[in-house]
Amino acid sequence: MKILLMGNPNVGKSVVFSRLTGANVVASNYPGTTVEYTRGTLKVDEQRVEVIDVPGTYSLTPFCKAEEVARDMFFKENPDLILNIVDSTNLERNLYLTLQILENRMPTIIVLNMWDLAKRKGVHLNIEKLQESLGVPVIPVVAVSGEGIKQLVRLIREVLEKKVEYTPSIREMDDEEKWKFIGKLLLEIQKIEHRHPTLLEKLEDASVHPILGVLIALIVAYLTLQFIIGIGEFLTGEILDPFFYNYYGPFITKTIESVFPAGPIHDILVGTGYNYMESFGLLTTGIYVPVAVVLPYVSLFYLVLGFLEDLGYLPRLAVLTDNIMHKLGLHGASVISLILGLGCNVPGVLATRILEDERERFIALTLLSISVPCMAQTAVIIGLLGPHGIKYIAMVYGTLVTIYILAGYILNKIMKGESPEIFLEIPPYKIPHTGTLLKKTWTRIRGFLLEAIPFVFLGILLVNLLYVAGIMKILASILAPIFSGILGLPKEAAATLIIGFLRKDIATGLLAPLHLTPEQLVVATTVLAIYFPCIATFVVLSKEIGVKGMIKIGILMVTLAFLVGGIQHLLLQTI
Amino acid sequence: MITLKDLETGKRAIIQDIRGGLGLQRRLESLNIRVGKTVRKVSSLPFHGPIIVEVDRSKIAIGQGMAHKILVEVIDEDSPHGKS
Repeated sequence: MKILLMGNPNVGKSVVFSRLTGANVVASNYPGTTVEYTRGTLKVDEQRVEVIDVPGTYSLTPFCKAEEVARDMFFKENPDLILNIVDSTNLERNLYLTLQILENRMPTIIVLNMWDLAKRKGVHLNIEKLQESLGVPVIPVVAVSGEGIKQLVRLIREVLEKKVEYTPSIREMDDEEKWKFIGKLLLEIQKIEHRHPTLLEKLEDASVHPILGVLIALIVAYLTLQFIIGIGEFLTGEILDPFFYNYYGPFITKTIESVFPAGPIHDILVGTGYNYMESFGLLTTGIYVPVAVVLPYVSLFYLVLGFLEDLGYLPRLAVLTDNIMHKLGLHGASVISLILGLGCNVPGVLATRILEDERERFIALTLLSISVPCMAQTAVIIGLLGPHGIKYIAMVYGTLVTIYILAGYILNKIMKGESPEIFLEIPPYKIPHTGTLLKKTWTRIRGFLLEAIPFVFLGILLVNLLYVAGIMKILASILAPIFSGILGLPKEAAATLIIGFLRKDIATGLLAPLHLTPEQLVVATTVLAIYFPCIATFVVLSKEIGVKGMIKIGILMVTLAFLVGGIQHLLLQTI
Repeated sequence: MITLKDLETGKRAIIQDIRGGLGLQRRLESLNIRVGKTVRKVSSLPFHGPIIVEVDRSKIAIGQGMAHKILVEVIDEDSPHGKS
């Protein structure tokens, strides 16, 4: 038994999916959150039913990769039932896809989501008549609060038990006939009251206003930075650091020392020295960096991101940045992949699937992987450079922003073709629901912990083994000319490049025991941000652009990293 | 008739023609931007930035080039036919 969830982008398919399967998938208030399908199971009595959350699409004729996925699922998955999720406030447009689905004679249930919002907006619908004309059941729900989901499951059960046949009675129509049919239908079943715009709706228009919009964007950016850095510093400095230095650290060191007083196992487990950033033991640095340094920033970032996503702010930012992005061969919608990439490059890479054009996708992916550091890396950079002053952090990020702009500008000039235009639905603002927001933030934090910690451990283990085996020394002397000659760094810094392939945060942390000058730290952290993606990003990136594209980007990255690092080194010497 | 690009912000208009290939027409149509629909221009960003229109209860950002291909007739808000 197989059920497909289909509908326009941003109608709440993922929320319905979570309600039905209990699985936590990330849902947001912008078109294109789901770019890949997710499978889950719904238990009806004793039967297990496979439910698939399909990326949103406006029609069965795809215009981007995400929509392609949707079309292919529809025609190739052989579903037993389609749940067509529809935005009640926008029936006319939504019904176009509905008719395309129905004319393929697939058993379908139409789920009118956001029923509460429709009422608030003064949209009244006659469900019985709608049901009659389409020949399939129609059920109103409010997926966010769970209203109507029980009735929906009951309907699904009836279909499963073959009590009813929900094969639609719609015949095939061409586009013109479809719109005519919808127009006539709506005259019969829909009544719209005129409502005055609410404060939230006025704010919607203000945030895409040429002047007010930019002002609002600047305020949002400022508050975001203040929130993440301010609270992040407080959590690390005032709460987690004291905990590690006063309680956890001494405890773990004592415990291990009572079993292994000294020797290689002792060194691998708790490292050497008292400073947890520098000792490079599995149970000291291996826990300290991900938990005390990175976790606060990652959590705060995802909290803000989730808030802005659920509010519906990101597409507005896309509109405001569209004209700048065009100079870089992109359009505004790619700002969404950039922002997700600042959290973790992996979702950033996937988010480029909403871009229509292969050239644009290639540019977006290249810029993302060469100049967008993830939050884990940012946290360690702040930890290392913060004590030396904000200007050093500004140097690193200033360099990365310059690369983003310059590389985009150059790629746009040398690559054939031109950047396509933005064509993006701007969702209404919705006040984020606290419970949903916290749950989503937690889902992402858990994902971070589950993925980060094993790789951090692996990285630290590898560092220790490579040192013990003497390989680090050999590598350091091979790369010494580049490191000391071009970058002005001690040759030991070469070790970071190997570990950087596993995790960028722990590789950046590897710079701590070298006691570099702030200028050297700027060069080293910048090179580390550019030179190559971490393994997780590498895997998705190769999948998205193929081996050939990956080789191109890879060569570009390595060259650029040493070029930029070299220039930085020269400039910093002259200051 | 003027293009959607030239329509004044805040004004409403009815789409008369879409001068583009079948691909563009289909794409616009799937978001309910088609001949006969009433749209309101919500905003227009400077320096060749996109325009934003409201169709029914949804807002859509459209690039300048596309907006240039959409021809509209302004609705005179003062005339008795102005309100729909």
